[in-house]
Amino acid sequence: MTDTAHTKRTIPDRLGTKTSRILASWEVLLFGVAVLIFIFNAFASPYFLDAWNLSDATFNFTEKAMIAFAMALLVIAGEIDLSVAAIIALASTAMGAAAQMGIGTPGLVAIGIGTGLACGAVNGLLVSGLRLPSIVVTIGTMSLFRGISYIVLGDQAYGKYPASFAFFGQGYVAWVFSFEFVLFAVLAILFAILLHATNFGRQVFVIGNNEFAARFSGIPVERVKFILFLLTGLMSGVAAVCLTSRLGSTRPSIAQGWELEVVTMVVLGGVSILGGAGTIGGVVIAAFVMGLVTFGLGLLNVPGIVMSIFVGLLLIITIAVPIIARRVRDMR
Amino acid sequence: MKKILKHREILLLAIIAIMIAGFASRAQGFAAPGNLANIFNDTSILIILALGQMTVILTKSIDLSVAANLAFTGMAVAMADAAYPGLPLILLVVMAIGIGACLGAINGYLVWALQIPPIVVTLGTLTIYRGMAFVLSGGAWVNAHQMTPTFLNFPRMPLLGLPVLAWIAIGIVIGAWFVLTRLPFGRAAYASGGNPTAAVYAGIDIGRTRFFAFVLSGALAGLCGYLWVSRYAVAYVDVAIGFELDTVAACVIGGISIAGGIGSVGGAVLGALFLGVIKNALPVIGISPFAQMAISGIVIVLAVVFNARAERRAGRIILRDRAAPEISA
Repeated sequence: MTDTAHTKRTIPDRLGTKTSRILASWEVLLFGVAVLIFIFNAFASPYFLDAWNLSDATFNFTEKAMIAFAMALLVIAGEIDLSVAAIIALASTAMGAAAQMGIGTPGLVAIGIGTGLACGAVNGLLVSGLRLPSIVVTIGTMSLFRGISYIVLGDQAYGKYPASFAFFGQGYVAWVFSFEFVLFAVLAILFAILLHATNFGRQVFVIGNNEFAARFSGIPVERVKFILFLLTGLMSGVAAVCLTSRLGSTRPSIAQGWELEVVTMVVLGGVSILGGAGTIGGVVIAAFVMGLVTFGLGLLNVPGIVMSIFVGLLLIITIAVPIIARRVRDMR
Repeated sequence: MKKILKHREILLLAIIAIMIAGFASRAQGFAAPGNLANIFNDTSILIILALGQMTVILTKSIDLSVAANLAFTGMAVAMADAAYPGLPLILLVVMAIGIGACLGAINGYLVWALQIPPIVVTLGTLTIYRGMAFVLSGGAWVNAHQMTPTFLNFPRMPLLGLPVLAWIAIGIVIGAWFVLTRLPFGRAAYASGGNPTAAVYAGIDIGRTRFFAFVLSGALAGLCGYLWVSRYAVAYVDVAIGFELDTVAACVIGGISIAGGIGSVGGAVLGALFLGVIKNALPVIGISPFAQMAISGIVIVLAVVFNARAERRAGRIILRDRAAPEISA
């Protein structure tokens, strides 16, 4: 009965061989799932194995994955941000309003990213400054941010974006590699370095494992958390730029429900929702798994809402299977 | 501790009263008994769901699947009623509660037996249940003319000056109060959220308590499925989308600690009424209904700030939260 406590209390610095094997097998397992889905898709639909189709498929997850990287750090540190989709809505609304005033593409990008940072700062101040529980704070700010979009837009939509703005969501860097996909890859590497190869990343793990000990070790817990919320806001702003550019319009209901998909991606990637464990590599594979599932089902004409059943099942099963397996192993 | 709790409910009541008085000064007749009864009736479903949510939150869990559960059960009973108009209403209501309880039991089982964190479980079942509503209906709507008159009219039937819907809410408030303060289950719920370590040593099965909290929340969501569909006279897949957050908001405003173990039935009811009054007042005083979302967002953030201060005054220990799951798991 001590399984969850077991994984939670271990500090990555001194991981036992058993736990490291479990962690390693998680990514391997997930990768296996991704390969299986890929093979299944290739057999199920003749249109799947086409470079351009596969390139299109990446749009299913690149924007969400950008946020998921930052969210992974936040979850590892023991916090969560449910307001990310609402930040997209607000940032997109701000960009839309600016575009109507005739502001050019560089200005729009700055406004989108700036709005994201500002929203992240609000969350960060509330959680680390006032030491409030992040899950309720971000449920509140989620209503607030999207609510502001609704006040500004009501049932209207912004449409007139400059032509050059379309590059971020629709442009290609080389051959079939879209700007979004390249950005996704670059961000994945940057976040992997930040989490796995810097002092800051180490501090994130320590805070998630034992915040109390982290405090006594002289880690500026509140500052690290504030930076993480800022980072999540920043990535939401970047995702807002990409999504708005891809859609070419802004409604207050933009990216509705994405917060749950982003959290699903993070958890599917093997990040412990209790904090203290996880890798960026896992999140990257999880992003591909979710993208492949939705795209493959889409080719088979499965409606979006039915796909969400598969995503939900995937989330629960991938978490339940290792737990059951570990329990069976422990019984022996 | 009890004094503070009492104090804060009176405070919340006073704030609601001031709000109503304020709105009444801007719009004649807002404080008329008839209108207040209307607001209560309008908020009934939120009150019922908030009580289920509160029970789950007390045990240090959260149920994000209530609205999806509501949508699925609502669709199921509406389709049953449309397909077999001969079915007696009581059977349909029992069916709604039963389906809801089963869906809640699935959440509870995953939390209890597999020890998956509640937020992950209900995040998953949220999408699954709503997806199932789509699979069940094929995306079609069940409209008013397909439902039988008894099915539609029962919650609206006036009884001693209030519609049946409001009476059901009152009955469930009393029932929840009884269960949480007078039955062993209620004690166990408070104990397993307030201090899981102590609860285990006191012989309380935390997993089982959480399981039953989820079953209760699911059963109430199922009942609300019927109430929602018949009140709004339509069933479709996106019914009550996002409503799970309103139930959490009602709890937070009502002073129920998200960390578990703290909160009262009165608080949850007042929290729901607070949101209900705002929702009903905005159109009356000429504020765009689009502003409602931002306002409830600000209210939630303020309520959390206020709660945290109240809890700190009560002398909470920082370590408690971290040490607890070790034993409870």
